[in-house]
Amino acid sequence: MTGLDVLAGRKPTAAPGQGPVLDVQGLSVEFGPKGRSVYAVNDVSFQLAEGESLAIVGESGSGKSVTVQTLMGLIRKPPGRVTAGRALYRGHDLLAVPDSELRHIRGRDIAMIFQDPMSSLNPVLTVGLQLTEALCEHQGLSQAQAERQALDMLDLVGIANAPQRMRAFPHQFSGGQLQRIGIAMALVCKPSILIADEPTTALDVTIQAQIVELVARLQKQLGMAIIWISHDLSLVAGFVDRVAVMYAGSIVECAPVDELFSATTHPYTIGLLNSIPSLTAANTRLVPIKGAPPNVTLAPTFCAFAPRCGYAEARCREAKPPLETVGGGHTTACWRWRQMEHLPRPQAAAPGMTRAAAPKQEPLLVVSDLKVHFPIRRGVLRRQVGAVHAVDGVSFEVLRGETLALVGESGCGKSTTGRAVLGLERPSAGSILFEGRDYAGATGEQLKQRQRAMQMVFQNPFGSLNPRMTVGRIIGEGLRAQKIGTRATRDARVSELLALVGLREALRNRYPFELSGGQRQRVGIARALAANPKFIIADEPISALDVSIQAQIVNLLDDLKARLGLTYLFIGHDLSMIRYLSDRVAVMYLGRIVEIGTTVAVFGSPLHPYTRALLSAIPVPDPKAGGTRRRIVLGGAVPDPSKPPPGCHFHPRCPMASDICTKVEPQVRDFGSPVSGQHLVACHHAGEATL
Amino acid sequence: MLSYLLRKLLLSIPVLFGVTVIVFAIAHAMPGDAVLAMITAEAPSSEALIAMRRGELGLDQPLYIQYLNWIGQILHGNLGRSFVNGRSVGEIIGERLPMTLELMGVALLVAFIIGTTLGVISALRQYRLTDYSLTLGGFVGVSIPDFFMGLLLVYVFALELRWLPSSGISTAGDNFSLLDNLRHLILPAAALALFRAAIFMRYARAGMLDVLNQDYMRTAKAKGLRPSTITLRHGLRNALIPLVTVFGLALPTLFGGSVVIETIFQWPGIGLMFIDAVVNRDSPVIMDYVLITAIIVMLANLATDLAYSVLDPRVNYD
Repeated sequence: MTGLDVLAGRKPTAAPGQGPVLDVQGLSVEFGPKGRSVYAVNDVSFQLAEGESLAIVGESGSGKSVTVQTLMGLIRKPPGRVTAGRALYRGHDLLAVPDSELRHIRGRDIAMIFQDPMSSLNPVLTVGLQLTEALCEHQGLSQAQAERQALDMLDLVGIANAPQRMRAFPHQFSGGQLQRIGIAMALVCKPSILIADEPTTALDVTIQAQIVELVARLQKQLGMAIIWISHDLSLVAGFVDRVAVMYAGSIVECAPVDELFSATTHPYTIGLLNSIPSLTAANTRLVPIKGAPPNVTLAPTFCAFAPRCGYAEARCREAKPPLETVGGGHTTACWRWRQMEHLPRPQAAAPGMTRAAAPKQEPLLVVSDLKVHFPIRRGVLRRQVGAVHAVDGVSFEVLRGETLALVGESGCGKSTTGRAVLGLERPSAGSILFEGRDYAGATGEQLKQRQRAMQMVFQNPFGSLNPRMTVGRIIGEGLRAQKIGTRATRDARVSELLALVGLREALRNRYPFELSGGQRQRVGIARALAANPKFIIADEPISALDVSIQAQIVNLLDDLKARLGLTYLFIGHDLSMIRYLSDRVAVMYLGRIVEIGTTVAVFGSPLHPYTRALLSAIPVPDPKAGGTRRRIVLGGAVPDPSKPPPGCHFHPRCPMASDICTKVEPQVRDFGSPVSGQHLVACHHAGEATL
Repeated sequence: MLSYLLRKLLLSIPVLFGVTVIVFAIAHAMPGDAVLAMITAEAPSSEALIAMRRGELGLDQPLYIQYLNWIGQILHGNLGRSFVNGRSVGEIIGERLPMTLELMGVALLVAFIIGTTLGVISALRQYRLTDYSLTLGGFVGVSIPDFFMGLLLVYVFALELRWLPSSGISTAGDNFSLLDNLRHLILPAAALALFRAAIFMRYARAGMLDVLNQDYMRTAKAKGLRPSTITLRHGLRNALIPLVTVFGLALPTLFGGSVVIETIFQWPGIGLMFIDAVVNRDSPVIMDYVLITAIIVMLANLATDLAYSVLDPRVNYD
């Protein structure tokens, strides 16, 4: 039996546009005790037609997840409370039926896939059991029958060797495979509606492309309707029919996907679109949405976006705009939508007072043939039986005053490289020269000197700040540890730093939990800058932040570089953001640099097939681009770094791989010109046109 | 897995060796010795007699010789003889250890079952009356020491209500029967179990609350499974993993507790034997008792490690 046989047994479903399968009317959800409510969802209405795909897009705290989880009866009550609204699924009000009845709809008619596939599968139960239990529950199948259906479903989502894999546990799969299993688990009862709650956010960009393709294909095959929750407008642009944009618990604009991008009416949607980095636009500055995320503890009696809106008027702060019809299924909630067409669009703020001086041709950091291997020990005597080749022969220079971006997917060794440069990881081989000096084995004063000159900004602003210390102490701690200045000068310096990163002095005595993600990352940057370093290693400093906030932080980093004459090593996976702030880019795969060159050269004429695939996997915020753009979707996942493939590490996933790639490690060749600068590529086929 | 076990067993050799040194030092640092302990006012003995008895028991030799003699015997599988009645210590422990294991095993099992069940219920009813009552009960449970709990139980159930016997393992004069033995077991086992049940309950509640917030519990609910399936299949198994640690830690304290409880209830296990031995300065018995308990605790810890790998497929020892 093949995967397609699963489809044969399906009940016939209606074609799209035949009337709603789901009709949500005026849904409001609050959390917490009355009087101190958090207004999570405010008067949300939308319809979902049979077979239609709807995206609900919004930033963290916009209420998008709460909305769908309420429909599924997944929010905890208390503290959650549905204060108004109906949600009709084929005529049954999901909000009115008792949980014992809703249970029969959940999983059978409406199924859900979740954000983090690693944590949303039960670690102690086999994948097979988790796949079959819904079938046994809803369709009363025997274990053997259920297993047959589960196997077909695994085939359908592209899990190879399914019969063996049924007995495996979740930790034995990669993230991408787990999300495929999560999808199989949701679809196993062939639901009419699939709710996907940010299913690709925790995944690498090449894996994201695989999952999006899979869901789009399954939707066509199974004829179900989809609600896709996302924070990423450009991701959903390519494959949904309609988009609803949420802000502070309300839908602010809802339109067919083409219309939303071409005839945007709501200032927030405009702001979101502006803050998305582009892969093609001239290298200008990003246009962030100013201000901080909304305060959802205020009753929704005014336009929640008004405090951040460039077009706000008095009435925006007094009354909440109703959702008005623009026409053709396009609705918007803005008092001024009729005028939007004629109002000027926000422009990028002028870059900081000084443009960064061009990098000098003098290297600040020289890394040569760096290797970081983590031993694997086994047996009674703990003998070393192998090693994880996290970083496997990496060489690069960072010139004074430039930004070098180190990009790659998770497990490529980019963070380990950064940690080794900072001295947090001991290199197994190779050398790291900072200002011409090798600090390996440095102690005492020498070590302090390096710590002063080199600082790190960390990825997760929620985990990297001590929750028991005030902002002021966090920022000043490095100065105290280094015994720089007196108490008074240190205090003054903290004030200076707060101003530098755009935080109010009043925040000095606050604790991290009182700050938003963007504010916390500003604290992290101020902390790194405290001792006047020359060199900053930024390890994914924006990946935990919302899109509109990411743009703010990128611009801040850019300004600081110019003002303070800093040099950055920027580690990241988001190529589109990196384009805005780096002078040169190094692409890593499985512990090695496969391509390094100026940003213009690498983005303009990528030569390594992996770089090309990475670039093509980036979603473009344009619904029309989907058809014309050639996408290279890489198969498989990054291999185990303790057993890297022979020859070129990339050959098992490479569309250009030939015989030589499986045997011979490619030499690094320079494809640069005097104009484009050095452009090093490690590929046997670099420069050949076909892909 | 096998190599992990082997390595752990190899590592336990130096630990056990250290235990022998410490217990020998302590046993001989106690004031007086077995010979002096036998002398009472009614039966005074001459200096010569004392010296002769010491010579017979080998107590007149230098300490390191005494230690080497003892260790040499143990390595030959011989636990030595009691100074007091001359019986083989191995034989005495062989007689009494099953009694202690019965008491401890029943107490631990009951404590674990009751504690875990109540803890899970408490977590499912968080911040409701049931939760508050159980939490209060648990607080009372951990606040009452074993010995006081023992005395309280004896007072209520043996002296006032006269439902259950207060001491021994069987009714004197009757033929031994399992039912009679179990009736005698109830009070001492309960005294040991209640305190530990309260601890298990606290940890089970915390573990279950942690699990209830996990994403996979939401996934299970989104599949439309029955609440009981969600709690038992998806929740409990994960919540039990941290409890294994608590279980392992409870074992050593249980040996300590059983010394007190066996004395109160005159339960003829190795705890009672140990107390008698201390009173009589019967150092071979004292030392062997400590050594045996150390071995049992070590084996129990090893079993705890293995229990992890059974409960959690991510744990892989090699």
